[in-house]
Amino acid sequence: MEIKSMRFKANSEASLANVVLQGNLKNAKGKFVTKRAEAIKELDDFEGTRDAAAAIRNKVIDNLDLWLERFETKAQETGAQVMWAKDGAEVCRLVTEIARKHGVTKVTKSKSMLSEEAGLNQALEAAGIQPVETDLGEYILQVNDNEPPSHIIAPAVHKSLDDVADLFHKVHGTPRKTEIPALTREAREVLRGHFLTAEMGLSGGNFLVAETGSVALVTNEGNGRMVTTMPKVHVVITGIEKVIPTLEDLSTLMRLLPRSATGQSISNYFSILTGVKKPEEHDGPEHLYFVLVDAGRADVVGGEFHEMLRCIRCGACMNHCPVYQTIGGHAYGWVYPGPMGSVLTPLYAGIENAIDLPHAATLCNQCGVVCPVKIPLPELLRKLREKQTDAGLRPLTERIGLRVWAWVAQRPALYGLGASLGARYLKWLAGGNKSIRLLPAAQEWTNGRDFPAPQGQTFREMYAARRKSAAQGDAK
Amino acid sequence: MSSREDILGRVRAALHRNAGNAATAREVMAAALANRNPGPQPAVAGEPRALLERFRLKSEQASSTVDIVATEADVPAAIAKYLAAMKLPTSAVAWASLGALDWAGAGLKVEARGARDADLVGITGCFCAVAETGTLMMTSSPDTPAAVSLLPETHIAVVQASRIVAYMEDAWNLARAELGSLPRAVNFISGPSRTGDIEQTIVLGAHGPYRVHLVIVEG
Ligand code: SF4
Repeated sequence: MEIKSMRFKANSEASLANVVLQGNLKNAKGKFVTKRAEAIKELDDFEGTRDAAAAIRNKVIDNLDLWLERFETKAQETGAQVMWAKDGAEVCRLVTEIARKHGVTKVTKSKSMLSEEAGLNQALEAAGIQPVETDLGEYILQVNDNEPPSHIIAPAVHKSLDDVADLFHKVHGTPRKTEIPALTREAREVLRGHFLTAEMGLSGGNFLVAETGSVALVTNEGNGRMVTTMPKVHVVITGIEKVIPTLEDLSTLMRLLPRSATGQSISNYFSILTGVKKPEEHDGPEHLYFVLVDAGRADVVGGEFHEMLRCIRCGACMNHCPVYQTIGGHAYGWVYPGPMGSVLTPLYAGIENAIDLPHAATLCNQCGVVCPVKIPLPELLRKLREKQTDAGLRPLTERIGLRVWAWVAQRPALYGLGASLGARYLKWLAGGNKSIRLLPAAQEWTNGRDFPAPQGQTFREMYAARRKSAAQGDAK
Repeated sequence: MSSREDILGRVRAALHRNAGNAATAREVMAAALANRNPGPQPAVAGEPRALLERFRLKSEQASSTVDIVATEADVPAAIAKYLAAMKLPTSAVAWASLGALDWAGAGLKVEARGARDADLVGITGCFCAVAETGTLMMTSSPDTPAAVSLLPETHIAVVQASRIVAYMEDAWNLARAELGSLPRAVNFISGPSRTGDIEQTIVLGAHGPYRVHLVIVEG
């Protein structure tokens, strides 16, 4: 997918000004958060489970090469073929080759963020193969001119019922429906035909199990089951970091993933797929391929951002992020939005291609608190900011500004004078009100909100006054 | 250089891989694969009655409906009653393992075979069931095809009470003991298929069944 993260500021301003989007975001905001809070109460030892999950992910990432080899051997023993892709272009080439080899004309797809990274749909179309997204959210976006997803779990969360009603009326040529169940049924009927006729099914993978050489898929709609049961070929596209050791580890992670993602105790379907159909079986693919993808991941191993590889793509960090809640996912400009996207985009797509993303956070640590595998997201964002500054990637004005601030901050008298003048100026700007409508030198701050005016004395003035009265007290 | 070697080579370099640390790491791996320690589990009472009650409660919370019968011979009549009450068709596709029950005696036309798009009711058993979350564990085989619980709009599953276990980890141990290796597809099912993709409003019956009905056999 094209990287538009350099347009973060313009994108987010557009999102803030988009009345429809703001309404949709407001509707969505609370639901995930409340449901998750309820669901984690069912676990007697939520913190202990988080620790265990982080340990499972670390165990593999610390020896990723060996675990990958183990998974590969096991998967091959079950009759699957294992392929490796360095980048998105190689993913597209491999999948197109597999499709050609099996005479495939249509591919049904269950959600795969990596196929978004690779721009696989466009590549398949160019090769004359029809890709059909089957997750309802992804389908809505595909028929809306391949619109990119705005959330990793709920890709069409920015769309309202009205948006979908208009869209289905237009693309299906059916009478406009206004009830969500009727719209869902309409998509079901259209997609059922595709499930039964596609020669190839394509899925991501939530986890790869080294013990058994299996892929584990977490779904609710049943589309994941369809694309891995009906077509004769199944291709799994997944990142190299997705391996976990055992089926027991899978159960531990499963206690956290659906709860963190949608607030469910367990997803409706949880499929563990191993090898190919036996000759006497009625259903299942005859050919199973794993495409294990690097696309930036190998270079994160062993480095200062390696903790990010623990991510299980639950989306909790974005659901709880005040910035995401306000601007939505599209503003982030690539596949992964929210705090995890602000770390992943610079790492996978280049730090110079996503200058604003590490700054698109207040570092309030809501994300770090909810992350089921305890990724210290604010710390990683801060490290990325440091890297940008070291590489001279920040704008000149900011760099000069920081130098000036550092110089002044080392001179207490000057700093005190500046602070008290600044506070007086802001008070004067507020003109007796509690907040300032427009900051002349920093209008971006006040475009979408008011700036609170300083009240009373500065900290230094208060401190000085206290010292003085304490000294007087001593003298008495 | 192949992409495989390129990727693994960079991972090895990043981890400072050498013969010594590889040997140590392999020992840790072998231990992890042999011990298979479960993580923290929420408390689930283990007595048979408590397991059944929890399974029933959690299944209902996942929008399944639940019926309990005394013996397997009671199953066809219970299913016929459910189908009549729901005004659903009386013909169904079923797993071969259930083919021997007296369906005709209950007024049902049941065929044991793989599922087709036109099938409206699918009847299955299950490998076992998990009380913690109200979940069915289905294992695929020639006699237990996966599509019977997927294509029809109504899925009815027969669950032996003695096969209800507390945790998913218990289900894995049962599979290891009875099946040896994992079958092609293990599907854990918790209620009818659903989506929340339009305005996060949950709608049942996305691509799979609209309703899941469980008949638990106590005997
Ligand atoms: S960073 Fe943590 S919270 Fe965010 S998607 Fe990944 S696992 Fe979930």
